[in-house]
This record gives sequence, C-alpha cells and structure tokens, in this order.
Amino acid sequence: MHELAVTESILEIALRHAQAQNARRITDLYLVLGQWSSTVDDSVQFYWDIISNGTIAKGATLHFRRVPVLLTCLDCGKEYQPSSEEFACPNCGGTRVKVKTGEEFQLEAIDVEE
Amino acid sequence: MPLRIPVIEKILSANDRLALENQSRFDTAKVFALNMMASPGAGKTSLIEQTIHGLKGHLRIGMINGDIATSFDADRAQAAGAVAVQINTGGDCHLDAVMIQSALSQLDLSALDLVIIENVGNLVCPAGFRLGTHKSVLVASIPEGDDKPYKYPGMYRGVSAVVINKIDLLPYVPFRMDFFKKGIEVLNPGVIQFELSCRTGEGLSVWTAWLEGQVKEFAKNLRK
Repeated sequence: MHELAVTESILEIALRHAQAQNARRITDLYLVLGQWSSTVDDSVQFYWDIISNGTIAKGATLHFRRVPVLLTCLDCGKEYQPSSEEFACPNCGGTRVKVKTGEEFQLEAIDVEE
Repeated sequence: MPLRIPVIEKILSANDRLALENQSRFDTAKVFALNMMASPGAGKTSLIEQTIHGLKGHLRIGMINGDIATSFDADRAQAAGAVAVQINTGGDCHLDAVMIQSALSQLDLSALDLVIIENVGNLVCPAGFRLGTHKSVLVASIPEGDDKPYKYPGMYRGVSAVVINKIDLLPYVPFRMDFFKKGIEVLNPGVIQFELSCRTGEGLSVWTAWLEGQVKEFAKNLRK
C-alpha cells in the first residue's frame, strides 16, 4: 500500500529534474530497488499510470533494476546471498555481517525530450 | 533527441527532509521521541499503557497514535495518563513525516519529556518512512511465529531495540527463540532485546528502566 506514496515521490523528483532542464517530456525513468526495500514493481506501475496522467511524464516507461541482497561476513570475509530461511554465513556460520547491496531505493536517471 | 539526466536521488528524500525538521522540533523542546512499530496485535498499545504506568511520576509522556480508523488506542493511552493525539490515516498503511508534523501542532511539547509514536500495525511499510524520532523499537510477539525476521528483514534492520512480547505464551506455542534471535542478530547485530509479557508484567521493569535511561541520556547530551 505504501507504493502510492513512493510513486508520488518518484514523480515529484522526476518532474523537478526535468523542469530544471526545461524538458518537454519525460520518456523513461530508471529505478533501482534493492530486494530488501519492500517495494512491488507492479503496484508502482499501477499507480504511475494514474498519477502521471496530465503531467509531462505521462506514458513514460518505468525501468526497474532489482538489486539482490549481498551480505559480507565480517568474520571470514565471504560474500553471499542469504537464503530465505538462513541469514548466517554459509562458510563459517558467522552472524556478524554487513549488507553490501540490496537496500537501494533510488531514482537513478531519467530520459527526457527537450 | 532524448537526453539522459542523471538523478541519483533517494526516492523518499522529501519525507526524510521533513523528518529532520520534526526531529529538530523535538530537540528544541528537549523531548525524546520513540517510533514504535509492530504487526497488528503484537501488543503495541498494551506496551504503551504499561510503559505509562511504569514511568508515572518519572517522565511526562505524550503519545501519537496512527491507525487507519478509530481512536481506541489513543483513548487507552489517555486513560493510562498520557496526553494523546490520534491520527487516522484513512487507509494509509504507515505514518509519515507529514502526519507527524501536523500531530505535533496538537501537542504541547514543553510539558513533555517523552513522545511515543505508535505506528500503524504493519511490518512492511513503516520501515521506509522516517518520522523524525530519535529511536525506534519493534514489538514482536510469540504467537506471530519465529520466522518474522526472515520474512520482514527491512523492519528489523533499522530499529534500536526489539521487544518480544507475550512470553507467557511460550509454553503453548511452537516458537524457536534461538532461530528468531539468530535472524535478528544478522539483520541488526547487537540490537538490544527485551523479553516480556504485558499481561503478567514479567520483564517490564527492565524495558521501562532502559527507556527512562534513553530519555535521561538524551536530555544530558542536549545540555552539553
């Protein structure tokens, strides 16, 4: 459900950057969403089609780049993707880890027509 | 010709900025703010009631309650002796910094030491929206099951404390405490954890003592 607030925020950021360039139209948006960012692509797309209507971003294509979770074990240095039932290091069993990727939640770039 | 504009902006940056404004309002008023999150039925309101009782005479407590509808929870906090403000989100699954900003205009911060914000019961959405609180706590409960850290990692990542409520039900419910805690340990190494029961009162004093300590330390650091 929070995808509406998220989508409104995406639109606001995109419009602000497009206006700063005096763009006529936004054609594409490039989003980076980490696996642990808890956002559903389909819902964002659903709200996007509604709220972008009537703006210069109407009909723009949303590109989602999903980033998998990658953990670094602080004990043995191994990098690994945790399974859904086991987060500890598969190499040494350590639980002291750093989240290397998977928490991204950004608008990376937009394509515009001038 | 299409033109690529690099943006690289956090999607919820506008909310984050507003959250910082809220936090400086709390700081100016010397009020410690706590964001309490949990799934529906974990016992947030019960814990707040018990916390108000436990800290009566020690701290002046205000409460902001977020719910989709009704003011049952704010009424309970008020009955327990706190100043309470109700936010009905009207369907939104989380509180955000804008809602807190408007709730703050209904609270006399100068008469308070601690504001507890009870977020909407939900283990997904509240994790992404900063409110401007100094600390956040997640309330888990035994009947929810021991797999919650694995299913809702985002929620366990950012909190300063985890309360495990309803431990009086441990004899009746299959709950692997070590499995649960191992998940938390990876997601949030060293996070402080409290095992308690709002119903029997077991473990509550450890929690309230910690919270009172947090408020006092906050006030001390502000004076420096």
